[in-house]
This record gives sequence, structure tokens and C-alpha cells, in this order.
Amino acid sequence: MHDKTIRELSDGLKSKAFSSLELTESFLKRIERLDPSINAFITVTPERALKAAKAADVALEKGAAGPLTGIPIAQKDIFCTEGVRSSCGSKMLDQFISPYNATVVDRLNAAGTVMLGKLNMDEFAMGSSNETSFYGPVKNPWNLETVPGGSSGGSAAAVAARLVPGATGTDTGGSIRQPAAFCGITGIKPTYGLVSRWGMIAFASSLDQAGPMAKTAEDCALLLEAMAGFDPKDSTSLERPKETYSQGLDESIEGLRIGLPQEFFGEGLDPDIHQAIQAAIGEIEKLGATVKAISLPHMHLSGPAYYVVAPAECSSNLARLDGVRYGYRAENPKDLKDLYMRSRGEGFGAEVKRRILIGTYALSAGYYDAYYIKAQKIRRLISDDFKKAFEEVDVIMGPTSPSVAFQFGEKSQDPIAMYLSDIYTIAVNLAGLPGMSVPVGFSKGLPIGMQIIGNYFSEQRLLHVAHRYQGVTDWHQQSPTL
Amino acid sequence: MQWETVIGLEIHAQLATKSKIFSGAATLYGAEPNTQACAIDLGLPGVLPVLNQEAVKMAVKFGLAIGATVSPRSVFARKNYFYPDLPKGYQISQFDLPVVSTGETTIVVDGEVKVIGITRAHLEEDAGKSLHEDFEGHTGIDLNRAGTPLLEIVSEPDMRSAKEAVAYMKKVHALVRYLEICDGNMQEGSFRCDANVSIRPKGQEKFGTRAEIKNLNSFRFVEKAINYEVLRQIEILENGGTIVQETRLYDANKDETRSMRSKEEANDYRYFPDPDLLPLEIAADFIESIRTQLPELPDQKKLRFKAQYGLTDYDAEVLTATRELASYFEQVALLSGSDPKLCANWVMGDLAAALNKASLEIEESPVDPQRLAGLIQRIADDTISGKIAKQVFEGLWASLESADAIIYREGLRQITDTGAIEAIIDAIIAENPAQVEGYRSGKDKLFGFFVGQAMKATEGKANPAQLNELLKKKLS
Repeated sequence: MHDKTIRELSDGLKSKAFSSLELTESFLKRIERLDPSINAFITVTPERALKAAKAADVALEKGAAGPLTGIPIAQKDIFCTEGVRSSCGSKMLDQFISPYNATVVDRLNAAGTVMLGKLNMDEFAMGSSNETSFYGPVKNPWNLETVPGGSSGGSAAAVAARLVPGATGTDTGGSIRQPAAFCGITGIKPTYGLVSRWGMIAFASSLDQAGPMAKTAEDCALLLEAMAGFDPKDSTSLERPKETYSQGLDESIEGLRIGLPQEFFGEGLDPDIHQAIQAAIGEIEKLGATVKAISLPHMHLSGPAYYVVAPAECSSNLARLDGVRYGYRAENPKDLKDLYMRSRGEGFGAEVKRRILIGTYALSAGYYDAYYIKAQKIRRLISDDFKKAFEEVDVIMGPTSPSVAFQFGEKSQDPIAMYLSDIYTIAVNLAGLPGMSVPVGFSKGLPIGMQIIGNYFSEQRLLHVAHRYQGVTDWHQQSPTL
Repeated sequence: MQWETVIGLEIHAQLATKSKIFSGAATLYGAEPNTQACAIDLGLPGVLPVLNQEAVKMAVKFGLAIGATVSPRSVFARKNYFYPDLPKGYQISQFDLPVVSTGETTIVVDGEVKVIGITRAHLEEDAGKSLHEDFEGHTGIDLNRAGTPLLEIVSEPDMRSAKEAVAYMKKVHALVRYLEICDGNMQEGSFRCDANVSIRPKGQEKFGTRAEIKNLNSFRFVEKAINYEVLRQIEILENGGTIVQETRLYDANKDETRSMRSKEEANDYRYFPDPDLLPLEIAADFIESIRTQLPELPDQKKLRFKAQYGLTDYDAEVLTATRELASYFEQVALLSGSDPKLCANWVMGDLAAALNKASLEIEESPVDPQRLAGLIQRIADDTISGKIAKQVFEGLWASLESADAIIYREGLRQITDTGAIEAIIDAIIAENPAQVEGYRSGKDKLFGFFVGQAMKATEGKANPAQLNELLKKKLS
């Protein structure tokens, strides 16, 4: 049952092969049994889940069910969930019970999904290995000695370990795609503005975007249908007609033009990954696509630009965590300054502090033009590179990450090496484009992910290509032995 | 040495929107602490701002009223600093691209008209309040005010005296109230200013170093604080010292300004565009639709009062100072149907004096336009004299009666019956043969004696003109 896709579970629920309550209980048992070794969940919410499952069964009984009614999912702990701890992976919010729901949570609830709990993540989504979480690192189900990727590592590991059929993630610089690649699952980061950010605890507001993570492209399509759409509570949300991403996935991709940027296949790329990507593209060519070499000449500037913009925004976004109104507060502060310094000093972990410092510096008088303004200019150049590329091709393909999952501790002492693991994903966030990762093979027993990037609002196309590819391959069906 | 004062004001006008600038919480003043602060105002994790369109409309109104440029594209920026009553750790404001720029207004000081430039006006959110008094050893935080929309109106350094600064502040105060974009309540902090004050030797072009006096919330304090600050700066410079650029606070109890923080201690606000808000784009037709809704503004009204009512420049200026006063005057003029100058004199004279004495605003006047108009009608139709009218006005002020009722009850009606006045005069002539003799032999001064006797006999109610005429006839 745990290996079934959301589509298959949905059919099973409708045909009464099993009830949502049975499904929910079964996944909760599996979490209880396996999660202690994986640590994908920060909070499990069985009572709520069982209640929601019963309600879903009533809806199913009445015939008032949608494709997600009764499907167990889990939320990344970056989303505020009413009445449930919403920690964002930080000691700072360890005691924070949100009084309201994120729009993503509301929408998935309204679609009838059953939330099993809240998923582990890098602290405030800052990290690429899940090692910065206050709740301890998540283990990669394929090899418990390796990282699951980050920051949505709990989401990726939970889906890979079959603890839940689908989960939410967020992606600021690769935080859905890189862990999806490391854990051998499918994940999509939509176009900036497609999914509401209301109630999603901000890391870097101009880059953050929520998306689904699941076993297959079709499951991602089903989840995205529920998550996407205009939200008047988010000024950066775009008002446009709703799309049904799960429709037309089986149609031909004959004539699809794929661009392969030379910058994605240069130095630093693991040869096994290179080979797996080439093989995957070969499969897609067999489905009728054509391939073209392209160039994204400013790609090498995406890292430097990202590590100015993201820290700058986070330094401001995290200022509200001051120990005054909610969250962690240092004991017996002797004055206001002491309250601020110790609450923040004790409440934040090292990586978060590092980024706050970098961002504060980048925005300081005298440095703002040299860093922040310049980074914004680079953003424009990178967007223009993609714009030009999409005049010639429909999608861009390449590796999601230069390596497969690495060992715990391997990069955590070297921030620069850690930052490089997002080298292929960051540019997509800077440009606000949609990007996804699909499993395309293994290296030394660890999954390899391929990234597919599309033009603005081309989620349907990305999911379509990925679905067709998954129709002729079985990498996405592989699961780790636990 | 002759010193010249240079003043620029930053006025904060709280916009009269129903809800906050970036949230749906109410803006009403005086609610229980923290009852008008929603998740957005509290700066909870994950919340996002959505701009209140009413606040933008109001900013555009102001921009149009001062002949400024309303930017088709302006940007909200974050001003970052830590303070317990600033929930997000930053204030959403506008920095290098404000919604309104380059406007002007005029002031009149000592009969001289002067143009004051307005550099910019931008939208921003207010912070909450720290309450230091009520909690022993603790500071209370009230976030009801957090997120209240403000329009910060920044003038050019065009004012040269405290008097001009007050005139400018009053002018902007009148403007925002005419436009109905701010209630102007200074006690509640709805309208307050920071004053940038510097001095320089007369004739020197370069500005002196300025001090910024924060949070002045009355016209009187603006005047006193600036006057104190100017004297302080003159004393320093004349003793060979230098002025330090700093922020100062005015202490009304001691009537002095004192240092709050110097430039070196000033925050680096790390302004950057707020990524949660898209640039504010204002379409030309939106601006035009607001232009058509603009009310008559003080300067236009003043011109109309001069033309329509034949008022002097001074009278028109005083009567248009506030929308309420202008409206009061117009109602009196309309309802009485009498000479507008007579109406103006009563509104600006006896009524203004009585209001001033009782510390009341015109809209709180116990005498409404209807009753004052009733009084003026009786002056105009000679039912009572101007002197008796003052007595009737006191009656109006103290009761809810009409002028006619008071005149009837008190028997104040002027005596205009020729026969009655003649009978009184005849009696006086009969009783005072010596004075009659004296007057007739050329002692003209004795005429006043007869007037006095007649007024005494009629308790002041004889029509003065009529009495004079009849006396002259009888005595000749």
C-alpha cells in the first residue's frame, strides 16, 4: 500500500478497496516504526489525522470527493498550521503554536487531504543537507549515513521512505529539487507567484516558492492543482486562470525542443550523473523530442548574486524573532539589548546567524550599491539569459545537483562547498522560473536527479514531459530497503 | 552678528482610513491595548502585507492639492531597526521613490504671502506604543497603532522663523482636514511633526548644521521648541562653539530641547525595497478620477469668499483657515440673508472670543449658525442695537433659546416709535429747563446730556439715530 502513488490510492479510496481511516492508520504506523531512524517528522499529529480521515471517509461515502480526498500528506514545518507547532526547524520557534493556517495548508485541507504531521527541515530553510535543523538531521532513506538534501529534506525523506505519499516543500535556491534528487523522488518548484506565500515562514521573500513533492510527476500535478492559485493575502501572488495540471499528461511530446546548457555539464559534475542525464535525455528523444546545445552565459554569477539577495532578505525577515512577542526568549534579560542579543544568540543556529550577518553587511550604508544593487542587476542578466534560451527551446534539462547525497559532516564545516551543491538550481529562483527534479538513475546506490526548467507558468509542460519519461522508465518506482 | 534661521518640517499625518495600511485591523483610537492588532500587525511568522487602496487615494489627493507630481511608480522599502514596539523589526515606508514629490503651498505671515516647497510625501506604517508608566519595572507594548497609515510630508528648508513654521504647519493641517484625509487631532497624535532647525549668518548661502527636534504635537510647542533651539544655537556659535548634528527632544514642562542621539549613534536603517510588496503603480485615469473628487481647497475658497461676499483679504483668510469655520460662516451668511461683513464680524469677533475663552472649536460651538443668524437678522432690521446684541448673544451662549425669544422676554426690542420717543424727549425738556437754555444759547456739548437722559429713560432701547434726529428737532 505504501508504494502506491496518490493516483492509485485515490482510485482505491473511491472503489472502497480501503478507507481513508485505514490508509491513515497504516501510514501512521509506518511513521511510528521507521521515523525514529529517519527523523523526517518534527511533529506527528495522529489525532488530527484520524479526525480528518473520518471526515474524508464521510465525503467519500457521499460521493463528494475530489482526487485528494482522504490522501495522507505531511507539511514542511515552514508552513503555519493552526493549533500545531510551526517551528521552521528552529529552537526560536520550538514553542510556537500558530494561530492561523498558511494558504497552502488551507487549500490542501479543503481538497480533503489528511495531514499526518510536520516535516523536518533545515533551520529557517537555510541549508542544503538538513544538518542545520534544531531537531537533528534527517537521514537519507537510501543510506542512513548520507544527507537527504535540504532544506526540504524531511519532505523528501518521508516520501522516499514511504512514510507519506506526498508532501509540501519550499524552494528558495533548490530546496525542493535538490532533496528530491538526493532521495530519488519527484518535486516541482513552480513559477514565483503561482503558490501563495501567506503563512509560509519567509526566508528570502523574492525567491521563496512552495511546491509539491511526491513519487511521480502525476502526483505532483494533483497536489499542485490544489496548492496553486491567486491569493489576495499575498501581494506577489499572480491573478490568472487556474490550470488542471493532471489533465493531458499522456499526450505526445513529439516536437518538444530541449535545450542543454553547456554551463550545466562542465567541471565539477559527477561523471555518473552526467551519464545518467544523457541516458534520460536519450529516452525523451525517443519520445519525439529534439535536443539543442544552448548557453546561459551568466550562470556562473548566480551563486554570488544569490548569496547576497537571499541573506539580505533573510536578515530583515528574521528581525521579528526578537524574543518580545513570541518565540524563544532568553531568561532574565538585564535590559532590552541583552534581551535581543541573548534571545537571538541562543535561539538561532550557526548557519542562520551566518546568513543574517552576511545580509546585514550587504545592506549596510556604503555597501548596498556594491552588493545588493549589483546582485539585482545580475538577476536581470540571468533572467535575460533564460528569456533568450526560451526563444529557441521549450524546456532546459540538466543535473539537479553536481553530486549525489553526501556524507553527514562532509560539507557542514565548509559553507562554500555546501553552497555549491545548489549551483544548478539557484539561477531558476533568481529568474522566478519553474523547475523540477525527476529521478533518472543511481550512483553508488544513491539516487540521481535530473532538473527540468521551463518558461514562466509552464508547470503543465514540465509535468507532462516528466510524466511521459516516467511512463517509459521505472527509477521513480524504486524504493529504499528499510 | 545677524543670524538667519532655516527650518524644514517633516509632518506625519495619520490617514483617516478605516483599516490599517497593510492589514484589515481597525484604526480607531482609544481601544483597549492590543485589541486592534491582527496577525499582520503583530508581525507573526508567515504574514504578508497587502496595501490599503484608500491610503493610496488619500496620498494622491494630497499630492494633487499641493500641485505635486504623483509618481506613476513608487516603491515601498523596509526601514530596518530593532525596537519593542516595532513588531517586524522593520517599518514599511518609502525611500527613494515616494508616491508624491515636488509640490508647494503658500502661507501668509504678517501680511506677506510666501511659497513653501514640499519636497515629497510618502506613505508608511506607524509603529506601536511603549507604555512605561503603568507597569512597575516593566514596559508594556500596545500594538493598536502599529500599521496605522501615515503620510509623511517633507518640506523644503524654506521657513525662516518659528512663526513661518507654525503658519506652514497650520496650512498643511487645514489642507489635510479640507481633503478629509486626516482628522488633524494633535492630542491623539494624528498630526505631528519633526522640525529641522539650523542657523547661518545672514547673507550666507551655505546651510548651518541642523538639529532635528522630534515629535512636536502642538502648534504652540513647534513655536516654542524652535525659538528655544534657535537661541541655543546662536549662543553656541557666538561663544565659538559648533553645532552637532543630532536628534533632540522638546520638553514642554521645562521649555527646552535636549539631545536624544547624535549622528554617530544614528541607526543604519539598511533600506531596501520590500520584496513582499510589488512597486505601487498608479494609472493616470485613477489620478484623474481623484482630481474630480477634490473638494474646494483653502486658497480657492478664500478667493471665492472675497468675490462672493466682498470680504477683505484678512477676513477671507481667517474664515477659510478651517473647513468647519468656513462652513459655519457660510451658513450664518445664508440663513441671516444679511450683510456678509456683519456676519463675518460676529463670527470672527464675539463668537470667536467666546469660543477661545471656553477652549472650544467652532464645531463645538454652543451657538449654532441658525441662532447666530437669528441674532444678526435683528441687528440688520434695527430690532436691536449693536450694543443690545452683545447682551442677547450672552443669552444665546447660555441657553438654547432663539434671539427673538430672548429679545421678547427681556423686552430688549429697540424703541422706534417716533411718538413714544417724542414723549420721552418732551418730558426731559420739561424737567431740565436750565440745560435747555444752555444748549440753545450755544453750549453744543450739552447735547450728550440729553442723549444720556433719553437712553437712561428707555434703558438703552431707543433707536440711537432716531433719537438724535428727534432731539435736534425739539431742541432747536
